Amino acid sequence: MRIGAASAFALAIALAGCGAGQSTLDPQSRPAREIADLWWWMLAAAAFVLIGALVLLFIGWRRRDRPGLPVVGNLGERGFNGLVVLFGMIVPLLALVVVFVAANFSVASVTEAPAPGSTAMTIVITGNQWFWDIHYPGSGAVTANEIHIPVGTRVDAVLRSADVIHSFWVPQLNRKADMVPGHPNRILLYADHPGVYRGQCAEFCGLQHANMATTVIAQPPAQFRAWLANAARPRIAPTGAQQQRGEQVFLSERCASCHTIRGTSARGTIGPDLTHLASRSTLAALTIPNTRHELERWIADPQKIKPGAKMPSVDLSTSERDAVVAYLETLR
Amino acid sequence: MAVVSHTPAARQRVERLDRIWRERPGLVGWLTTTDHKRIGLMYLFASLAFFAAGGVEALLVRTQLAAPQQGVLSPAAYNQVFTVHGVTMIFLFVIPISTGAFGNYLLPLMIGARDMAFPRLNALSFWIYAASGIFIYTGLALGHGPDAGWFDYVPLASRQFSPDSGIDFYALGLIFTGISSTAAAVNFVVTIFKLRAPGMSLNRMPLFCYAFLAVSFALIFALPALTLALVLLELDRRLGFHFFDVAQGGDPLLWQHLFWIFGHPEVYIIILPAFGIATSIIPTFTHRRMVAFPLVALAEILVVFIGFGVWVHHMFAVGLPTAITIAFAAASLVIVIPSAIQLFAWITTIVAGTPDFKTPLLWIVGFIVFFTIGGLTGIMFAAIPFDQQLTDSYFVVAHFHFVIFGAAVFPILGGLYYWFPKVSGRMYHERAGKISFWVTFAGTLATFFPMHILGLLGMPRRVYTYHHGLGWGGLNLLETLGSYLLAGGLLLVAANLAISLRRGPPAGDDPWGGDTLEWATTSPPPPYNYAVIPKVTSAYAMWDREDRVEDARRLERGELVLEQGHETPASTVLDAEWDEVLRMPPSSWAPLALAAAVSGIFAMLLLGHVLTATAFVALAAVVLLRWHSVEPQDT
Repeated sequence: MRIGAASAFALAIALAGCGAGQSTLDPQSRPAREIADLWWWMLAAAAFVLIGALVLLFIGWRRRDRPGLPVVGNLGERGFNGLVVLFGMIVPLLALVVVFVAANFSVASVTEAPAPGSTAMTIVITGNQWFWDIHYPGSGAVTANEIHIPVGTRVDAVLRSADVIHSFWVPQLNRKADMVPGHPNRILLYADHPGVYRGQCAEFCGLQHANMATTVIAQPPAQFRAWLANAARPRIAPTGAQQQRGEQVFLSERCASCHTIRGTSARGTIGPDLTHLASRSTLAALTIPNTRHELERWIADPQKIKPGAKMPSVDLSTSERDAVVAYLETLR
Repeated sequence: MAVVSHTPAARQRVERLDRIWRERPGLVGWLTTTDHKRIGLMYLFASLAFFAAGGVEALLVRTQLAAPQQGVLSPAAYNQVFTVHGVTMIFLFVIPISTGAFGNYLLPLMIGARDMAFPRLNALSFWIYAASGIFIYTGLALGHGPDAGWFDYVPLASRQFSPDSGIDFYALGLIFTGISSTAAAVNFVVTIFKLRAPGMSLNRMPLFCYAFLAVSFALIFALPALTLALVLLELDRRLGFHFFDVAQGGDPLLWQHLFWIFGHPEVYIIILPAFGIATSIIPTFTHRRMVAFPLVALAEILVVFIGFGVWVHHMFAVGLPTAITIAFAAASLVIVIPSAIQLFAWITTIVAGTPDFKTPLLWIVGFIVFFTIGGLTGIMFAAIPFDQQLTDSYFVVAHFHFVIFGAAVFPILGGLYYWFPKVSGRMYHERAGKISFWVTFAGTLATFFPMHILGLLGMPRRVYTYHHGLGWGGLNLLETLGSYLLAGGLLLVAANLAISLRRGPPAGDDPWGGDTLEWATTSPPPPYNYAVIPKVTSAYAMWDREDRVEDARRLERGELVLEQGHETPASTVLDAEWDEVLRMPPSSWAPLALAAAVSGIFAMLLLGHVLTATAFVALAAVVLLRWHSVEPQDT
């Protein structure tokens, strides 16, 4: 329902690259679509008002040497008062009532948090400085930053914060909702089609607010079930010698005090769960891709890549680091 | 029309006024002045200095964001710079320049008074403001600038997550500034109610003064919420209280409520003086009275009242109960009405009049365009689902820059041009003025308009960088180039006025055929403003030629000249009937000394030297005793 599609504004949006993955104008679910439609309607109304104001100013300029209004002439004080009451009060009031009802009753009923128990599935997303923890209650699955959901399924996402206020925002799927300590929020996650939908923390949360992104990966149900089963199990013990040494280094160095790898003694909760790190495509809340090279760089000097992140540079020899990287790459 | 007197008696009276109201010479004169015009000028230059600082911060931010993954500023520096940019523009630039500079200089002139009701309190307001600005900037200069945003949400701003002293500079600095704003607001209310010229009943008061009356009430009632929030924050941070600490039964949302109970009225505090300036410039250049004067006056007052009932629309994504968000969304739509009334009245006045599009009116036309855009996007935020989608995105940044820069600062710039002849006695360069307007207008559009689109494309606010591949690079580059153009436009304004100050042709008393009283006196006005207290019979006093001629006759007769002392008349609140003669205090060191003592209190609180702070409290008390022990003397 792209009313304003003809306008230069919409063109500018198209040129700027619609569908870059985080655009509110490329909705991929009913809530996001209703909000986008609401926007296009409001844009049309707003454009109408703005053009009206510009036309009046233009008339004022054209008639700058002639007193009085066009057509009606000089109305006198009462006439002008009446005109202002009509166009400054009555007409806007009617328009505002329409906006109010359409937005806050009609659209809001679609975007509001799902009624408890009304969804097939619940997940818990916890905002941390500066990454996201994702728990799948009932299955034991835990992951970070990359949220898997089954496509075409209503998912109730419970939003929590472990430290400061964050805001969970995946624009293509739904509105945002804040993660306020002590005030758990809920939001509906639903995707029409399989795909990867990018999101980003929307409430300023400190030094690395800019690098606190997330993706929602909507998968066909069977694929999702397979992913969930894998994510729920502990790590498979490494078999190669280098990988085994990597696990030892991981557990004996400071890594284990902050990270959890299920199936080992690593039980830290400061950083993200790494049990299936190798199955994720990004590192550090989408700051860098999860490749061998980037993983090495990250472990060598996280502060260079994400200044202020809670992860310190751990003093590892080159061979130790290689071993840890080799080990982490087995965590699929 | 100057009150040029030809009779020896009249000349003698003016000479006597000159002697009684003479200011001390040189620097001492400025440091001890109680003259509202001098204080207004000091406010002007101080706030322009902070405007320049805030502008440099904005340019740094824009330069960092010109392309993805840049390293112009470190994340830590970026967070300090954008935080201080917001604090500066709101607390140290817009409010001080509108109330402090424009209000101080013009309000007594417009109501025909010889000064503000409390001249020393006025001086104190300025010195406290200047000191608090320096206080906040000291933090930034030391690398400990506040870095949690101007909204300073807890728990990020708590000691646990922001152990650095930056937040303390913010909290104490804003409590400090609040003293200044409160004192100024009280002063305006009393001045407007009690010092109006005989005959200027409330319904004959210029709309400019209505705007400042509304702003002053808003400040008086809004600031306590902010001060309270800041005190609670400092108690949490410094003494281990738990007002905002969830783990101990506190609540971070308490901060948000208190902050926005202040923060939304604040928006109207920022914008209303601009409305006042617009309603001064429009009648003068369209050569007709404002359309729907009573409705506009009522709207100016009403907007402040309703403005106290909409704060939760800053918190729609927080997860409050639906009934609450809906109620506040409704209130947020209702508040559109007073603005729509004014907008339509301004435009209708321009259409119905015979507008002369000189530089000041051009800025007002720019203001109308930008206020329309910013207002329309503002309405969209009362649509809760849209708000929840676009809040904390660049769409909001676009929205409030159209409102705060486009709609609040454009009239301020227009006002600088409009009253420049009055203040300096010289004319600015008209052609250069028009060019400066168009450059600034284009720069503003290029800087802020694309931000709407970036917000829709999903770009969040307050990010120090963004990734390649999100499609945000081109628009960000355009914004950055726009911001340089915008800065160029502002420099043209500054250059025009600075050069005209020395080389401009003499302006005369009333170069525009203005409608309000300030054009009746000389340019610049004498320290006592008017040789004879004007009598007023309409809201467009300067267009009542008979009255002004009568003023000149009264000077010759020695009626309402008050040349026996440092005096101004007071009138009744509603009808402005003659009430009494007030003796006004002469220049004094006390305001500066008290501001210095208060600065000592805040500096010591920041450093944690509570005992030394107490000593400064005692010092302040001594200064206050001295302040009150010296009675105003006739000279």
